[in-house]
Amino acid sequence: MGRSGLLLKLELSSNPEMLCVVRHALGQLAETLGFSSAECRAIVLAVDEALTNIIKHAYGGEAGRPIRAFFCRIEVPQNGKQRKALEIVIEDRGKKIDRAKLCGRSLEDVRPGGLGMHFINECMDAVEFRRGLGKNQLRLMKLLDGPNPEKLA
Amino acid sequence: MQISARHLDKTTIFDVSGDVDLATSPELRKALLHELREIRTLRVVLNLKSVRYMDSSGVASLVEGLKVSRGLGARLILYGLNASVREVLQLSKLLKIFEVYENEEQAVSP
Repeated sequence: MGRSGLLLKLELSSNPEMLCVVRHALGQLAETLGFSSAECRAIVLAVDEALTNIIKHAYGGEAGRPIRAFFCRIEVPQNGKQRKALEIVIEDRGKKIDRAKLCGRSLEDVRPGGLGMHFINECMDAVEFRRGLGKNQLRLMKLLDGPNPEKLA
Repeated sequence: MQISARHLDKTTIFDVSGDVDLATSPELRKALLHELREIRTLRVVLNLKSVRYMDSSGVASLVEGLKVSRGLGARLILYGLNASVREVLQLSKLLKIFEVYENEEQAVSP
């Protein structure tokens, strides 16, 4: 993918202790871009859950495996206009993820676990999985609706 | 995340602070299940006022604690939810299944 609007690139290891570092950096980035406080929390939650899925499922809890995350500003055509948005692409070299297992469970089923993918879908405007060249790639997109959209200009 | 316990009559109050995520939620889960299963405390209260962040791992720990408490005839009570924690529980449609109060006085009242 072209990453001409690249804002931030992170290379981290599959260590749960890294999650708070990513959350802090991403929260600052989203705020700087003009997302509202609630939107910032939603973006942070979605990325945290995506990284948690990679650590738990793609790498089976194994620490020290590579994860890359790209944060880009993009423009998305919508209703004849260009909308500003934040695009996040997260890549890992873990095992192929069974999408059915990541699709979440019925929320009527009250039990621990199975909520991560539901949170990601609820928090983001677009969620796409790809598998190729030995990599899992997750693309997330959040439209900028906040009061200061010019910040992305 | 930090967690400490206070005891008040037959109630145990856990003061939780920091982030509850994949790295830290096992500690919360362990403390909750120990209090319910081993100590057999009938009312366990979680003070979440100082929890800055909670993800699905944290929610899973709360749900497991709730299920165990119900199985043992005990109560698991939450109070002091900030916007972040409240949003996560709302997103999971689980807010309504927990006993939630605004403050400690309400949470420990009979």
